[in-house]
Amino acid sequence: MSIELKSNAPTGPIDSAWSRHKFDIKVVNPANKRKYTVIVVGTGLAGASAAATLGELGYNVQNFCFQDSPRRAHSIAAQGGINAAKNYQNDGDSVYRLFYDTVKGGDFRSRESNVYRLAELSVNIIDQAAAQGVPFAREYGGLLANRSFGGSLVSRTFYARGQTGQQLLLGAYSGHAAQVAAGNITMFPRHEMLDLVTIDGHARGIITRDLISGEIKSYAADAVILATGGYGNVFYLSTNAMGSNVTAAWRAAKRGALFANPCYTQIHPTCIPVSGDHQSKLTLMSESLRNDGRVWVPKDAKDCWNNDKAAVGRHPSQIPDEDRDYYLERRYPTFGNLVPRDVASRAAKLSCDEGRGVAFNGRGVYLDFKEAIGRLGQEEVAARYGNLFEMYERITGANPYTEPMRIYPAIHYTMGGLWVDYNLQSNTPGLFVLGEANFSDHGANRLGASALMQGLADGYFVIPYTLGHYLAEVGPRKNDAESSEFKGTEETVKGRVNKLLNVKGKRSVDSFHRELGHLMWEKCGMARTKEGLEEALERIPAIRDEFWNNVSVPGDGADLNQSLEKAGRVADFLEFAELKVGDALHREESCGGHFRLEHQTEEGEAKRNDDDFAYVAAWQFNGVDKKPTLHKEPLEFDHVKPSQRSYK
Amino acid sequence: MNLKLHVWRQKGPKDKGRFETYDATDVLEDMSFLEMLDVVNDGLEAEGREPIAFESDCREGICGACGCMINGQPHGHKARTTTCQLHMREFSDGDEIVIEPFRAKAFPVIKDLVVDRSSFDRIIQSGGFITARSGSAPDANAIPVAKVEADRAFDAATCIGCGACVASCPNASAMLFTGAKITHLGLLPQGQPERYLRVDKMVSQMDSEDFGHCGNFGECTLACPKSISLDVIAQMNTDYITAQFKGRDI
Repeated sequence: MSIELKSNAPTGPIDSAWSRHKFDIKVVNPANKRKYTVIVVGTGLAGASAAATLGELGYNVQNFCFQDSPRRAHSIAAQGGINAAKNYQNDGDSVYRLFYDTVKGGDFRSRESNVYRLAELSVNIIDQAAAQGVPFAREYGGLLANRSFGGSLVSRTFYARGQTGQQLLLGAYSGHAAQVAAGNITMFPRHEMLDLVTIDGHARGIITRDLISGEIKSYAADAVILATGGYGNVFYLSTNAMGSNVTAAWRAAKRGALFANPCYTQIHPTCIPVSGDHQSKLTLMSESLRNDGRVWVPKDAKDCWNNDKAAVGRHPSQIPDEDRDYYLERRYPTFGNLVPRDVASRAAKLSCDEGRGVAFNGRGVYLDFKEAIGRLGQEEVAARYGNLFEMYERITGANPYTEPMRIYPAIHYTMGGLWVDYNLQSNTPGLFVLGEANFSDHGANRLGASALMQGLADGYFVIPYTLGHYLAEVGPRKNDAESSEFKGTEETVKGRVNKLLNVKGKRSVDSFHRELGHLMWEKCGMARTKEGLEEALERIPAIRDEFWNNVSVPGDGADLNQSLEKAGRVADFLEFAELKVGDALHREESCGGHFRLEHQTEEGEAKRNDDDFAYVAAWQFNGVDKKPTLHKEPLEFDHVKPSQRSYK
Repeated sequence: MNLKLHVWRQKGPKDKGRFETYDATDVLEDMSFLEMLDVVNDGLEAEGREPIAFESDCREGICGACGCMINGQPHGHKARTTTCQLHMREFSDGDEIVIEPFRAKAFPVIKDLVVDRSSFDRIIQSGGFITARSGSAPDANAIPVAKVEADRAFDAATCIGCGACVASCPNASAMLFTGAKITHLGLLPQGQPERYLRVDKMVSQMDSEDFGHCGNFGECTLACPKSISLDVIAQMNTDYITAQFKGRDI
């Protein structure tokens, strides 16, 4: 099958592209909107904002989430902030600068047109959120405050203490609640999407499992919007929530949607290190901490404390400045501790690889606030980061006011996702993908405070226009969940559920997830090699095979069965992992979060190969155990000239 | 450390339920409470027995999904801490721990430690929002908000909707939860146009669910992982009385 990937991005001047596009695309008459049913899967920033906005416009929205309430979606855990090119600080920010920073931060692997639009819409998001009552941080004069974030030289990040994601999500959730009350959104909590249904090549509905009754049911609609987040939990340990999964996106991929750039994974530099084998997830410490915290390791490996309480050497607070290696400030004097996430993460790994790590298994570095407390006073530091410090102490038992935090990189975000065009529509007509679930805006690396921005831009301000265009083009159709296409897919889903319940093996679901995750972290994590990736490609099918022969899923399918839920997600990770590793193997270059040891500069920085790899790798699923087909969307840079990123 | 767990097992809403005892062995102090349960569940699963059903998602104390009674207290004895953030260094070798679901008529048990808290969503849907259609907002700096008011609004807005307030209350009242949203929105200039309509609707919805009334015990604020202040209940009562005087004008 040959697929032509058309971005459908407007040509001509980039600063007016979105305005022109909005005029050029079709609009659904207000009275006709209620004739269309739209399914939205997911209730995070992208899903909740999309469902609320489409409900306001008068569409008949059906919204699904696997959590018990739409308010629980994982966007809630975002800490640091949200970027917007407001230039309230008068420090030289502009839409163009945010666009430039994002394209450069993404290591020249994103689509310029999408990024420009994102930067342009960023200012509307802040207005929208403030109007909803999101309690952003303010200055004494009552105006909004900003902080700076990695990868940028201006101060453009809006925040609500260390709980910006929570406040923005609750804002979107409140707008969503109003539409539920108005009858424009029908909410289906505790429903998990288990398949996509296509008719004549168009996405026409989904199959879900009611997680309480176990009922497997079809829902038909005029369009399907996936806002189902990223695939970070393929690594088992990540900062993602326990329930975050790739299932909805992967099932769509198995029905023909292309999966783009799955190898792009973001490693967040400031997470609490692993403390033992029981670890179920990793906790992020907001990147905003790097504004005032200084990252270091002891110069002398003898001073490196690990979790072994009997460790010799000096306590970190006893080590004078001259015996500390502030390696980020040393290597990157211009950006210092504020280098982008991928650069900071690799630098931490490098220090630990040199034997100078300071936590369990030597995998940690110090993040020190001594200088900040001296400069600002403990009270001001507490006002800025108090809740994060408290969280750190609760988890580790150590007090960051008196001794440096220990941090280490962890999987945090995934830039890859389902391929979409400028309209956020996948190659399957009628299937739209928003937020982290799509691939479009962050290239090979996402800058801090940009995920919240993208989720909300997609949901509040892009999809209401582009969805209308699609619906106006196809016109009203009959939505029939009783049709043979739905019934057939429903049977497939039931068959898969029964198969999982009937393996009746000896190993827990988590034990497979941990095994896969460990393999992915070692071979397809922060640093990747051809040999390692090839080894992973051999081992994944073997783990998958054992899973299907030896997994234990107790209970039955007719009630709340958390083992069954997890087993379905892990089964999908076991297939998706192979695609991800294959993508990493094929991309013979380093860029952003994808670092191939074979491709680095003399200083150890990522070395891109623009001649051969300046494209989006969109993979077509051909069957489990079959090679996927690669489709390429070439990337053109008319405005930001690709260069070796430098943060020195 | 080794612990003995007495865990409430209940197959479904109609099952009577009972306590079962499990041994948790080789528990490390760096484990979270839920990681300790994970290990117990891993063992049950490998034996083909149904694991203990409990909810959790972010495991960072912010999503509000987790929560159970630990030795009679919602989220356990440590202040300002959700179940997922409670760590085993708070316990000692040989401890016996009683683990139950949140108990409240308005939170019916679904299975084991999992309860239905959808009544909270219905309270928010009844009026816990500021109507602001996407795209219609003025510039964010057009409406200044005094820092002290913004900070107070923020404190109320930190509610994670976990339900510990209800579970701790002898009357199973949801007034801390409802008052938190009313206070958050009512303190902000953006929230003024709907202020009294909001409180009227939300209190009516709260009353129509199976929650009890506030008896000023104050257990809720102590159990709240975000330490939401009792002030929000006072604020709600004040606004509610004002709303009644306003009658049709709200």
